[in-house]
Amino acid sequence: MAESAFDPFILSRIQFAANISFHILFPTITIALGWVLLYFKLQYNRSGDQAWMSAYFFWVKVFALSFAMGVVSGITMSFQFGTNWPGFMETVGNVAGPLLAYEVLTAFFLEAVFVGIMLFGFRRVSNRVHTLATFLVAFGTTMSAFWILVLNSWMQTPAGFEMRDGVAHATDWWAIVFNPSMPYRLAHMLLASGLTVAFVIAGVSALRYLLGDRSSPMRKALNTGVALGAILIPIQIFAGDLHGLNTLEHQPAKIAAMEGHWETKSRAPLILFALPDEDTRENNLEIAIPGLASLILTHSLDGEVPGLNDFVLEDGTVKHPPVVPVFFAFRIMVGIGVLMLLVSWTASWFLWRRRASEEALPRWLALGLVPMALSGWVATLSGWYVTEIGRQPWLVTGVMTTKDALGPVAGGMVLSTLLAYLAVYVLLLGAYMFVIVRLAIKAARAGGTERPDAGPAGGTAIPGGPDAMPQPAE
Amino acid sequence: MDISLLYPYLPVVFAALMGIAILVYVVLDGFDLGVGILFAVAPAGDRDRMIASIGPFWDANETWLVLAIGILLVAFPIAHGQILTALYLPVAIMLIGLIARGVAFEFRAKANDDEKWLWNRVFFAGSLVTALSQGYMLGAYVLGLRSDVIAVQFGLVVALCLTAGYAAIGAAWLIYKTEGDLQKRAVGWMQRALLLALVGMIIISLATPFASPRIFYRWFSVPEILALAPLPLMTGFLFAFLFWQLAFLPDRNDRFSLVPFIGMTGIMVLGFAGLAYSFYPYVVPEKTTIYEAAAAPESLIIVLAGALVVIPVIVAYSIFAYRVFGGKATELRYD
Repeated sequence: MAESAFDPFILSRIQFAANISFHILFPTITIALGWVLLYFKLQYNRSGDQAWMSAYFFWVKVFALSFAMGVVSGITMSFQFGTNWPGFMETVGNVAGPLLAYEVLTAFFLEAVFVGIMLFGFRRVSNRVHTLATFLVAFGTTMSAFWILVLNSWMQTPAGFEMRDGVAHATDWWAIVFNPSMPYRLAHMLLASGLTVAFVIAGVSALRYLLGDRSSPMRKALNTGVALGAILIPIQIFAGDLHGLNTLEHQPAKIAAMEGHWETKSRAPLILFALPDEDTRENNLEIAIPGLASLILTHSLDGEVPGLNDFVLEDGTVKHPPVVPVFFAFRIMVGIGVLMLLVSWTASWFLWRRRASEEALPRWLALGLVPMALSGWVATLSGWYVTEIGRQPWLVTGVMTTKDALGPVAGGMVLSTLLAYLAVYVLLLGAYMFVIVRLAIKAARAGGTERPDAGPAGGTAIPGGPDAMPQPAE
Repeated sequence: MDISLLYPYLPVVFAALMGIAILVYVVLDGFDLGVGILFAVAPAGDRDRMIASIGPFWDANETWLVLAIGILLVAFPIAHGQILTALYLPVAIMLIGLIARGVAFEFRAKANDDEKWLWNRVFFAGSLVTALSQGYMLGAYVLGLRSDVIAVQFGLVVALCLTAGYAAIGAAWLIYKTEGDLQKRAVGWMQRALLLALVGMIIISLATPFASPRIFYRWFSVPEILALAPLPLMTGFLFAFLFWQLAFLPDRNDRFSLVPFIGMTGIMVLGFAGLAYSFYPYVVPEKTTIYEAAAAPESLIIVLAGALVVIPVIVAYSIFAYRVFGGKATELRYD
């Protein structure tokens, strides 16, 4: 089939991918960063050490930036269901609707007041109210993530509904919410957020370190980021394994694409590298470890692992996802996971061993941590590509294909908006990273204090400490 | 009590919730967007205080749009698709405007002084583009989502007038939240914007009944015309009152500084009430009613339960936030 360059189906998919890829970058930061900010605040409340509050003030700016980016790019998603994919809600709106509604209400609950108080309210409300606002923001972003993961998981492993006249109707909300893949995918995503933030904090702190900043706020953030990464990455690897087993059971075609297996067999090899060829339906330049895929996926060398050819109908219709993007995205994700393990444990070792020293990081390690600030994003995007492309051709597995949902808008119009979105996103991403780097440079020059007029002891002078009542606004 | 007894009323309940969310959005984000639009006429020295007047609120204010479109999506999925495919380009333009406005605020807060000019422009352009596209969509909706030349021209006119309406309520917000020379300038801005907003309301009020015989008869049949006359009369009175009141502002003791905002809100409420009356029971004008478009009642009940719990809490905490950040705008600080 010769597809036109203006095929609205292809263009709408690219546009959805661009919008959701850009959007997901920012909740990935705000979910876990909210909790880290709460941690900083609680440490300040416990110890009275103003360095914790300085760390809070630095990272709350990053939170504000990320939050704004997430809010404005998230709005596009609510509209895109209608502008490009109206068939989705027409067919499964009775199930998707309430789940989206709870996500909107949760996000709204969070946004209506607590973010404003968290960002700007430190001097206007009591310390206790400010801490509460910080907690409620963290809780709200997590609940928001929960509902989105519930819906996305339901699209992967639909349950609790019946079809009447081509429209899905809910029959069991519990089964819908706790559908087969939801617990694994929620855990995987929350851990991904934690890891993304861990390496962003570690990387930005390492940048400050390289610029000569040896302040207590920098060190506290660096220790926090590295420790968080070191703790979470083995858990993530374990969660990923459980997720893989769940996917094997419920979405075997996705597993086959991830693994690059064309034939169903036992003692299946773990393919480390290959160039899958979907025309000849074989792998070129394959480097594999015999039997390891069976061991990982079935915990037995003799376990049978699905092959892609099982998902081709007799008439030649292909019912498995595109292999190449899923195959490589999976390997990028796993590779970054391994790299995270190595880097965070190495850094933890140095920071622990040299905990009394200001020169805790070797220069090479600090230089390595800086680009690792982007590792969580790349791994998260790769993971989402595996899961979303891996679900194809289904939009809701077994219920409706992606093509079923496509709206009537002409391809040329979609192309014009796609180009506009892409241009905006590239500019914003550049500005976002520029501003964070510049915040780090400013903080390094200020010696870790947030205000140049702060005292020589370091940290912002906060009159009265954590229990003081707010001063009247001047 | 049998829950299914509620089922026939659910479309009306959700239509009302959606309408209220749109109205709240127009008022709250209206003043945010209005302040952004007024950046074009404001001296550089005013802009920090203008930003400070909306800084703690813009995130939450914008979210009422998400709630409104979310209700359309959730409660009336068929209509969501029909409306948004018909408004494809203006929706995309609005989204890009919202993106630009939202991020400009945050980047500006972290920019060096010599870089603020760039984010000032992005903030203004984002606010203006958003307002124009929303106005255009309102015009398109009023004419039944047609796409002929007359509809495009009408949409452009309404775009200008809604933008003026937003500028007016933005100026009203500044009258309330600022003092000194900026407050004086805001009075002048509001006087000029109000005139164009008045033109816009007249145009829409005339166009709506003539776009559809059904709407014409709803407004001009006897005795409906008598019961409905207070709507335009009260609107006219509010415009006249505002023009009169603005001649005396700002008061030396800052009395009545909230009056323009309340008056402008009243105008928006009355305008919205007129539109709601005109279009009920249709959610897609002259094509799909709220009853035809509604999702299954067993799903709507689930959403309603959540909404009834959360929305009152949102309102309560919103009031709390407006109190915490009440008074005249001061420098926004994270620490």
